[in-house]
Amino acid sequence: MPVNLLDEPELDAGTSAEEYHWTLNFGPQHPATHTTLRIVLELDGERIVKATPHIGYLHSGFEKLGEHLNFNQYVTIADRKNYISPPYNEIAWHNAVEKILDIELTERCKYIRVIIGELSRISDHLLCTGAAALDLGGFTAFLYAFNQRELIYDVYEEMSGYRFHPGYTRVGGVLYDFNDKVLDRIAKVMKSLPPALRDVEKLLFRNKIFLDRTRGVGVLTRAEAIDFSVTGPLARASGVTYDIRKDEPYLAYPEFEFDVPFATEGDCYARFQVRFEEIRQSLRIIEQAIRKLPGGPVNVPISEKYPLPDKGTAYNSMEGLIQHFELIMPNRGMESPKNEIYAAVEAPNGELGYYLVTDGSQIAWRTRTRPPSFIHFAVFPHIIKDHLLADIVAVLGSLNIIAAELDR
Amino acid sequence: MSTAAETDHHSETLKALTSALGDTGYETVRFRDNFRIYVSSDKVFEALQVLKSICGFSQLSELGATDYLKYPGRTGPRFEVHYCLLNMNRRERVVVKTGVDDPEPTLPSAVQLWRGADWMEREVFDMYGIRFQGHPDLRRILMPDEFAAYPLRKDYPLRGRGERHNFPRLTRGES
Repeated sequence: MPVNLLDEPELDAGTSAEEYHWTLNFGPQHPATHTTLRIVLELDGERIVKATPHIGYLHSGFEKLGEHLNFNQYVTIADRKNYISPPYNEIAWHNAVEKILDIELTERCKYIRVIIGELSRISDHLLCTGAAALDLGGFTAFLYAFNQRELIYDVYEEMSGYRFHPGYTRVGGVLYDFNDKVLDRIAKVMKSLPPALRDVEKLLFRNKIFLDRTRGVGVLTRAEAIDFSVTGPLARASGVTYDIRKDEPYLAYPEFEFDVPFATEGDCYARFQVRFEEIRQSLRIIEQAIRKLPGGPVNVPISEKYPLPDKGTAYNSMEGLIQHFELIMPNRGMESPKNEIYAAVEAPNGELGYYLVTDGSQIAWRTRTRPPSFIHFAVFPHIIKDHLLADIVAVLGSLNIIAAELDR
Repeated sequence: MSTAAETDHHSETLKALTSALGDTGYETVRFRDNFRIYVSSDKVFEALQVLKSICGFSQLSELGATDYLKYPGRTGPRFEVHYCLLNMNRRERVVVKTGVDDPEPTLPSAVQLWRGADWMEREVFDMYGIRFQGHPDLRRILMPDEFAAYPLRKDYPLRGRGERHNFPRLTRGES
């Protein structure tokens, strides 16, 4: 039915401006949300007056499940939180478990975890930037970025047998040691990534459309970033230089040279730039880690009663068999202290922490996750205010909200 | 692992807390590299305020709760809420813990101090039913609004109480 514009009431006819606001439902199914999240928008024309996020569409009780699965089983759930960079979720989970059990990893294991962690950081930042480019109309950059992620999946496949959710870390070690084929595939990533990065950079950071859509959009100041608990590349794009890898080192990070990139603008463009520079720094870390990769065992010795013995040890030695039995039988398993701990690592998206409470058994009493996506999405209504409807896509892309981690 | 250097690390924080709450106003526990401060629920807001404004804990990095129902050897209140605070200049972290008990567990809201507490407090309310007084918008966040139970409580079963099968279902004709 055609709308008769003459019948529309006039703005100054004694009514307040609020009556002319209209409500728009964005999501839960929308191409720019990539998964499921819903925002109810109050609009004045195309200007956003108020944005109210409604989340929980993907809530799967991951924290409740943590109270019923043991420390090694839960790694499969940790994987599925931020499924763009699963290895870092595994590292965060087992970092907390190993801290509460007081396990000191072997040097080789620390290096291996750093390597897979940084690979996953690269893959996360590539997807975030690529998908944002896709939403803003730059399909080519998206394909270039995804091409490289494929090579990183090849590394996961070779090291663990799984492409998407490797489930690679274990209490006190990792599933399998690195072999030559894994190192070959990592070398392949290292070789093909720098030229691809240059390509994507040229496609985006000197592209007028991309610049216009992201510069000065969704600005978050330094004080707001700290106040809103924002961490990671988002905070660093606003001038917060805190990086847990540098400031509270864990694993083998103190042994590598790398810089913490940051910007002061705090807009979407700065966030993508910081992410891109972080990819370069991750490449530096991986290159050093591969060069200095120490030999020796990858798991802590089975006499410490934590790691599962490998097949050869379990079948061919008495100690291995006993240890396997002790860990696998449901009425036995590892012992934990009756205590609690907060342990955080610098995941690709920001601070990923676990508040872990144990009751003496090998099943946690409470596995509270500090999910960066959840905390970053809480900022969204604040930074999108007074922007245009089309800016939602740019801001959502720069926040890198992963709904599985958001809703858990 | 409490070495002399680590003791010094928290000494200024302890001094400020003692002058604000008194010697008996709080208890501390050190475990691995964590430093926990236990305060009672009526003093928690005061303690957080001191930690933010005097000790420089500018960021609330995490807020969550735990249900200790039937926790082995437990005598204290049923729930505990933790606030993990970060001082970026001194690279110091502390965990403030406070207990609340059934029925109607209530705590003062920390949103006035850190705006980041907003959604995290809503999640604690959603999962445990702990109310935060002074919170600007205390609604359920992950579970649907009509959900009646608090799913992360220990007396709530893993597989639920059949809520999922009783969700109202709209047909195409009704919509």
